[in-house]
Amino acid sequence: MSGFEFTFAGAQLTALGSAALWWDAEGCLCVSDLHLGKAERQARRGGTALPPYETRDTLDRLQQLIAQFSPQCVICLGDSFDDDAAALALTQQDKDHLDHLTRGRRWIWVEGNHDPCPTPFGGEHLAEFALGPLTFRHIANPAAEAEISGHYHPKARLRGTSRPAFLLDKRRLILPAFGTFTGGLRSSDPALSGLMQPGALAILTGKQPMPIPMPRR
Amino acid sequence: MTQLPLEISAWFEARGWQIHPHQMAMLARARQPATLLIAPTGGGKTMAGFLPTLADLAEGSHQGLHTLYISPLKALAADIKRNLRAPVEEMGLPIRIEDRTGDTTQSRRKRQRADPPHILLTTPESLALLTSYEDAPRIFNGLRRVIVDEIHALAESKRGDQLMLALSRLQGLCPDLRRVGLSATVDDPQAIADYLANHPSPCEILTADPGPKPDIQMLETDTAPPWAGGGAAHAIPAVMAQIRVHKTTLIFHNTRAQAEIFFRNLWLANDEALPIGIHHGSLDRHQRERVEAAMQRGELRAVVCTGSLDLGIDWGDVDLVVQIGAPKNVKRLVQRIGRANHRYNAPSKALLVPANRFEVVECRAALEAVQEGTLDGEVRGTGPRDVLCQHILIRACAGPFAAEELYREVTSCGPYSGLTRDEFDACLQFCATGGYALRAYDQWQRLLQRPDGLWQLRDPRSAQRIRMNIGTIQDADLMKVRLKRSRGGKPLGEIEEAFAATLTPGDTFLIGGQTVRYEGLREMTVEVSRNAGKRPKIAVFSGTKFATSTQLSSRILELFRQQDWNGLPAHTTDWLELQAQVSQLPRTGELLIESFPHEAREHACIYGFAGRNAQQTLGLLLTKRMEELGLDPLGFVATDYATLIWGLEALKDPAPLFDLAALRDGLEGWLAGNAVMKRAFRGAATIAGLIERNTPGARKNGRQATFSSDILYDTLRKYDPDHLLMEITREEARRGLVDFGRIEEMIKRIDGRVTLKRLERISPLAAPLLLEMGKVPVKGAAEEKLLQRDAAALMEKSGLSSLP
Repeated sequence: MSGFEFTFAGAQLTALGSAALWWDAEGCLCVSDLHLGKAERQARRGGTALPPYETRDTLDRLQQLIAQFSPQCVICLGDSFDDDAAALALTQQDKDHLDHLTRGRRWIWVEGNHDPCPTPFGGEHLAEFALGPLTFRHIANPAAEAEISGHYHPKARLRGTSRPAFLLDKRRLILPAFGTFTGGLRSSDPALSGLMQPGALAILTGKQPMPIPMPRR
Repeated sequence: MTQLPLEISAWFEARGWQIHPHQMAMLARARQPATLLIAPTGGGKTMAGFLPTLADLAEGSHQGLHTLYISPLKALAADIKRNLRAPVEEMGLPIRIEDRTGDTTQSRRKRQRADPPHILLTTPESLALLTSYEDAPRIFNGLRRVIVDEIHALAESKRGDQLMLALSRLQGLCPDLRRVGLSATVDDPQAIADYLANHPSPCEILTADPGPKPDIQMLETDTAPPWAGGGAAHAIPAVMAQIRVHKTTLIFHNTRAQAEIFFRNLWLANDEALPIGIHHGSLDRHQRERVEAAMQRGELRAVVCTGSLDLGIDWGDVDLVVQIGAPKNVKRLVQRIGRANHRYNAPSKALLVPANRFEVVECRAALEAVQEGTLDGEVRGTGPRDVLCQHILIRACAGPFAAEELYREVTSCGPYSGLTRDEFDACLQFCATGGYALRAYDQWQRLLQRPDGLWQLRDPRSAQRIRMNIGTIQDADLMKVRLKRSRGGKPLGEIEEAFAATLTPGDTFLIGGQTVRYEGLREMTVEVSRNAGKRPKIAVFSGTKFATSTQLSSRILELFRQQDWNGLPAHTTDWLELQAQVSQLPRTGELLIESFPHEAREHACIYGFAGRNAQQTLGLLLTKRMEELGLDPLGFVATDYATLIWGLEALKDPAPLFDLAALRDGLEGWLAGNAVMKRAFRGAATIAGLIERNTPGARKNGRQATFSSDILYDTLRKYDPDHLLMEITREEARRGLVDFGRIEEMIKRIDGRVTLKRLERISPLAAPLLLEMGKVPVKGAAEEKLLQRDAAALMEKSGLSSLP
């Protein structure tokens, strides 16, 4: 298993190179910002017609992780769909695929700013979700502790290479986006630099996840 | 019409000027559907183009737009406006002349649309935008003539293809439109004429007296040029001496970085403090304009410059052109030399300065080509389909259209005359639905077909987004450089983002002839401070790297074959003779490979003479193949004539490396994942309208665009490899950065004849390659290891490694 293991608020967690988080003790897999249906939403809103394969690709990669870890619980940390209409507009094949994935395990849809309404797919729909010592929510609350969130699509830079990255300090963990068609926000952006404490780490995704001191301004 | 109106002939007479024969000839051909005029710089070319227009407009009854003039440069349009308004006013003609470019104010543009001038001077992009308006038929009502200036330059890029498509639209609106092309000397006038013609109507070619042959020589220096590099520092005293004895000298460089370094060295040697300026495309616009203005006032003795000064702006009294570094292309050299001595019938004077030993040979080959009057031809491919996609979207902005009619219009353009209906329909399909194998957006098509068969935008608001993204110029991602001040200091110019990414605070580099210190990034701006005196760490930006043309490459091989060295300086002939003794010189009909150990590594030097881009691609493909064969390559470096590969094992049997089919597989397979292909894809996807550089919100910064276009490329490669944009990307790979076409050409030329020379040590011809910049490490496992190592070092240094 290619992952970077660390202890956060007393929990043993693993940041995976594929941008997902694995919590072994709870058999829990967490992914953030899938943005399923992004291409469809952009076309619907008069933008360009992006290749309509990103939902299939995102679900394929999620399926591989599920096959590898057999999680008892999957947490989707918000912005799972690019908007509520996009959830309804997935192709039948993608809908069946997602339905299939949600069966046989607990599935938590945390609501995000892109997808505030309950999804038409199985699983629980929650504003936030607490498990053991940890709280999962979409957008970080600056006052919170032991919090795992997404939303910002953080990325960080090393040797001129920029990659999606987990951001970690003693109080919070921010996950990179898992969706195929997602851009990123540099960790040096004030929104992220302001949120993360001194001594924070950026864990670069890739074949072998790499922790580095979080690049700031 | 051969008779000039009295006002015009009187104006010429009053100045004691003769109308040139080619100017009269243009007048006589005023009613021809299309005419291409080929004339040297300073030959009154522009006046020749405008004479029929002035004659037509002299009696003052024409309403609305009469003539469109299109130039590749905003500055050129502004220059022509000045140079045309003056005689028109002196002749007392009732003609309104205005320009319209990206710099024209919003209010003036609005007025121009409502009430167009008689003569409108513009650029291909501004014209494309004009044709996208619903009221285009009204704007262009009455248009009679269109003049395309510097058409030889436009025809080299997609801007020319876009322009020809726009002209086909104008021709549809104004069937009687006459076309005139103005061109510098080119190798194949017929190709340019075919490019300009409204097919199947003909385009006549008129050639003006080319004037006397240029006086062009290689600069003799006391010191021999170095073995490698492009700085030409050895030539500084000799060039300085030339500046002193001439009125104004233009000093051309092949790259911006070389221009910066040379300018700095020139200043250090400028004991008399002669006024010398620098001009290149990365400098801030105001800085460039200052140099241009000083030049026009005749205040500068020399300008160090790049291709940004290539086009026909009138720079006054230039009496010497110096070319530093071997010209990569004879045609471009001749056009540069044309900048000197701007008076018709006086020979242009030029000096070539080879920057290294090999360039001595290249310069000699170029000199011979100029003397024989042979220019390099590049075979133009068919019109690129990404530009066509953009044209279809632009057409849709102007209102509903019939596919049949648009296809007819498009195929009247030279570059698209061979376009099949199927190819056209694939482009239309792409614009309408995205053209994916998975039909996902039928409901949200960008264009839809109405019950009456016409195509139109589904959402009329998308017209604004399409208009914001008109154009085919693909800039590298550039970042502005400013002096660090509390509230935004003076702008100095731009550097490539990739270069900015390599800087750490404290690094020094050259820009605009001064050394600056990198302080940090602020949003998308590079902040620097002045840092006089200190030696700059690095030169700036890669700039455009032209590859040596096929003609020059084969001339160099021919020079090698003759072996009498044709008057080359002794330092160079000694070197070549030594090469002939210990190995051999490369020959036309075979491929020479040298294999030798050097500093505990095995080396292989492949003399393909295919030009820098192709030799670079060859390096990528061969090292991949060598890795498969267990030769453990570690890296390579490429120049215009050779690729040098080093690794752990000696190359003993080159045959399996040069199988064309295997190399082509490499292009389709492994190279398909390479960054150069992704860059080609990004260009095509942006032009075709899949990626929008500008959106009604803010301008996307380059980095985000890079990121997402790579993902789009990977996604298409995986799920829809035959998509139109993938086809276009592969087509682009045959030319330009990947230049696989030249590799195929080379393999055909050598036809299996590969000579492997196993040497005991490095050969004289290969030695300079070791000194070349731009070594490429073989990536893969090694790259990941380096990242890991750096990450670990950073963690160690910060003390964070002991934390969680």
